[in-house]
Amino acid sequence: MENSQNRILMAKTGLDGHWRGPTIVARALRDAGFEVIMIGMANTDDIVTAAVDEDVDLVGLNIGGHIDVAIRSIKRVQEVRPSLPIFAGGTIPPHAAKQLQALGVEVYPPGSQLADIVDAAERLTGTK
Amino acid sequence: MSEPTTQALLTSAMAGNRSHLARLLSQIERNSKVETQVRLALAGIPATSVVIGLTGPPGAGKSTLISALLTHATASFNKTAVLAVDPSSPFSRGALLGDRVRMQSHGLGDRVFIRSMASRGETGGLARTTATAIQVLDACDWPLIVLETLGIGQVELDVMDLASMVAVVLNPGWGDTFQANKAGLTEAGDVFVINKADKDGVEQTRADLQDSLSLLKPPLPINIFETVAVKHQGVEALWRGIEAYLKEAQKLGLLEQKRLSRRRRLLMRILQRDFDVRMHAYLTSEYGDNQILGALAGSLSIEALRADLFEYIANVDKRPR
Repeated sequence: MENSQNRILMAKTGLDGHWRGPTIVARALRDAGFEVIMIGMANTDDIVTAAVDEDVDLVGLNIGGHIDVAIRSIKRVQEVRPSLPIFAGGTIPPHAAKQLQALGVEVYPPGSQLADIVDAAERLTGTK
Repeated sequence: MSEPTTQALLTSAMAGNRSHLARLLSQIERNSKVETQVRLALAGIPATSVVIGLTGPPGAGKSTLISALLTHATASFNKTAVLAVDPSSPFSRGALLGDRVRMQSHGLGDRVFIRSMASRGETGGLARTTATAIQVLDACDWPLIVLETLGIGQVELDVMDLASMVAVVLNPGWGDTFQANKAGLTEAGDVFVINKADKDGVEQTRADLQDSLSLLKPPLPINIFETVAVKHQGVEALWRGIEAYLKEAQKLGLLEQKRLSRRRRLLMRILQRDFDVRMHAYLTSEYGDNQILGALAGSLSIEALRADLFEYIANVDKRPR
């Protein structure tokens, strides 16, 4: 088995702005040896299509705007690929974090350490 | 949930199962044994797809141009697959695959399949498994495959071996007449695109390119198009130009030639890899190490070492482990 880099899809839901967070996270994941597929601002169809076509091992969502939009995307991804892990970051208020966690999504709110996010990616993809 | 076998994935992908196609492409990237198995399974199936390669320096707008071409391409071919290669880090082996950012929301649904590939240490502008990925997409009835290389400099031109035709994407102010006459990039294109043509310097770039191209003797005339991909300007004209090229190339038998060279290239690559694996086995075995030490000490000539290595490579499968 050579070249077994794991693949992570990074998408933003909702708000076109606040790019710095997902960009820095993507960079940290790249430096940890992941192949990070950036799709930027994306609607539910784009996220589901990319998760399937790119055959990723993990989805990272940067959540901006209304939480319902993100939840709709998450549910659709889980319908199509039930065992695919998802984690989320962004400005997520506590009540929204609970909703996400109830769906099995790990939440990394502002203030999370990059090292913890990378650890989570490694754990969720079985890299280490 | 157990993983389907490679053969099951391939059969299902060829029957139109998209997630199995996607899974198969990952397994080919991850495991060269899977790649070999897939290649053997597809060996008898003739190549029929048209492959359009796009290459050029980083930031020239290749992804944005592909995104803008998707509507026209899909109208002509009904379905379009895109393989987009970006570089892997030589340090971490990680990669940031950003081509897809530009290709979102095409509104063509299932008629478009986009796959990002990391170069994983290859230096020719593509990934090691790109050729096999094309063969798989071809076998899965994707009639048009658009192949985007990573941002290249001058000679990373593996795309020429795989594509039916190559579009080189440049920008105004890209270089002067000397740049245009250097070997490599400007010899590789069947069509040239000056993207971001709303910036200064289009006329000069076009003139430099024209001068350089006028000294080539291509089988078909090489046209230069100007586009502003983000505004969809000039994109339809470019697509008509590509279609016209493909039509003429088909008539002249060039497309069939390219398909043959694609398969030849794949075969050579496989033989090369088999050779490399066997050579590595020799170099890392105690036996091979002793032979090399002998050559270093002068008790074995370099010719004798070479003969011994080739003999080992030819018979390694027959040796007891």
